[in-house]
Amino acid sequence: MSFEWPWQYHFPPFFTLQPNVDTRQKQLAAWCSLVLSYCRHHKLYTLDVMEAQESPVFNNKKMERKLSVEAIQVVFEELRKKGNLEWLDKNKTRCLVMWRQPEEWGKLMYQWVSKNGMVNSVFTLYELSNGDDTHGEEFHGLEEWMLLRSLQALQTDGKAEIITMDDGKGVKFF
Amino acid sequence: MDRFSWSNGLLEIDETLVVQQRGVRLYDGDDKVKMELGVALLSTHRLIWRDIKNHVRSEQLCTIKQSHAKIVIHLHPSSPSKEPGPFQNSKYSYIKLSFKEHGQIEFYRRLTEEMTQKRWETTPCFFPPSMQGRKTRAVGIVGIERKIEEKRKETDKNISEAFEDLSKLMVKAKEMVELSRSIATKIKDKQGDITEDETIRFKSYLLSMGIANPVTRETHGSGTRYHMQLAKQLGDMLQAPLEERGGMMALTEVYCLVNRARGMELLSPEDLLNACKMLESMRLPLRLRVFDSGVMVVQLQSHSEEEMIASALDNVLEKGSLTAEEFAKLLGLSVLLSKERLLLAEKVGHLCRDDSVEGLRFYPNRF
Repeated sequence: MSFEWPWQYHFPPFFTLQPNVDTRQKQLAAWCSLVLSYCRHHKLYTLDVMEAQESPVFNNKKMERKLSVEAIQVVFEELRKKGNLEWLDKNKTRCLVMWRQPEEWGKLMYQWVSKNGMVNSVFTLYELSNGDDTHGEEFHGLEEWMLLRSLQALQTDGKAEIITMDDGKGVKFF
Repeated sequence: MDRFSWSNGLLEIDETLVVQQRGVRLYDGDDKVKMELGVALLSTHRLIWRDIKNHVRSEQLCTIKQSHAKIVIHLHPSSPSKEPGPFQNSKYSYIKLSFKEHGQIEFYRRLTEEMTQKRWETTPCFFPPSMQGRKTRAVGIVGIERKIEEKRKETDKNISEAFEDLSKLMVKAKEMVELSRSIATKIKDKQGDITEDETIRFKSYLLSMGIANPVTRETHGSGTRYHMQLAKQLGDMLQAPLEERGGMMALTEVYCLVNRARGMELLSPEDLLNACKMLESMRLPLRLRVFDSGVMVVQLQSHSEEEMIASALDNVLEKGSLTAEEFAKLLGLSVLLSKERLLLAEKVGHLCRDDSVEGLRFYPNRF
């Protein structure tokens, strides 16, 4: 299924940071949801700012409009304030995109575990994210950092426990 | 004989005189040279022959041989850098010194001594080119460059001298301004003592010197009668043009219009500005308005802002999007004013902007 662009994507003023405060707020909200839905669709968990400039999200080649670097930074800052983005380095060149919060991921995984009656069994992290059983699940292909965070969220809830094994980490669901 | 070169006959530093002998004639090989009897000087470095008219020749030493009252000196070939001398070419490579007044024994002895010692090799000294052969270097490219340089320095000096006077003038002008200011304040204080006429005359002098009317107070709200009158005039004069132009005119346009109409007695921009500032307080149908960008316009009181913005929005909707230039063409306004109108519409949120390499374009705000 190909990605569906929102109407704003084809509206030239969308790519200019609006000076009018009210207009800008609406514009930024639209950008945030666009970024998140794009990452969700393509299962992107990290973004590099330099690469993002050329990615179709911020660069509409057909319309010959692209978002300036300063504007991209503003959009990312907005995402960060909302909790959907985390900077990996101080220079703000790479970031983690959380189009779904760790708690939600944890819930999804627990649902799958209990649905298949596999409570009280132990899984390695690899099994969860890349195993054959989880193929087709939404959390299949989840990157390790996000997987860990989600499991930690479950751990705090008391629904799982992270175990350290010989060759890596594992988790037990209760 | 071509080994000889002209010299000034003076000894150099490190060169010392060994022996000198009068009555010596030079022979080029076996030929008598057309040179009269002269004085032969032997130095540590050179053999110098000076004739009675004080022309001097000299050359470096080499090998010698004595015969009769003559000394034969065999010479090395001349070096290519030899200075010009009395003879350019000679078929002999030896010269003879003929001592008409004797003294050759002593001369020969000293000569051989010097030859063995070869002091000219141990203490080298520089032989400047002879006077006669010398050419000045004031011609050619170097000379031209030097002349240009001198001329430039001259011009520089002149200019700085001239501006010296100007800076003195400026200092004096400052004093004059101070003086007139002090007089002006005195006039202000002693209002009743001086007659109207004199005050007016004095003010006109000050004005001609470019000093603003000293009796004016710059604060808003209290101007001179002059500005008030002017404002009234403007109110009458600008009604019609403003209505033609849709109720708004940039201050620059007003300035041009007013001064063209007046012909003589032109207004200064300052006066116009001050007069316009008073328009509103005098309850005239016009007023001065300053936009965010700093642009100043005069507009009719009856001119409604909302109407303008609404019409701008309609125009943009009709055309999809507009640039300031297109809008100006549409309405018959100046580009400056049309841009202000679009910016105003953006400010209230009716329009949004698209800033790209293609330019600034305004769209209806669909956000």
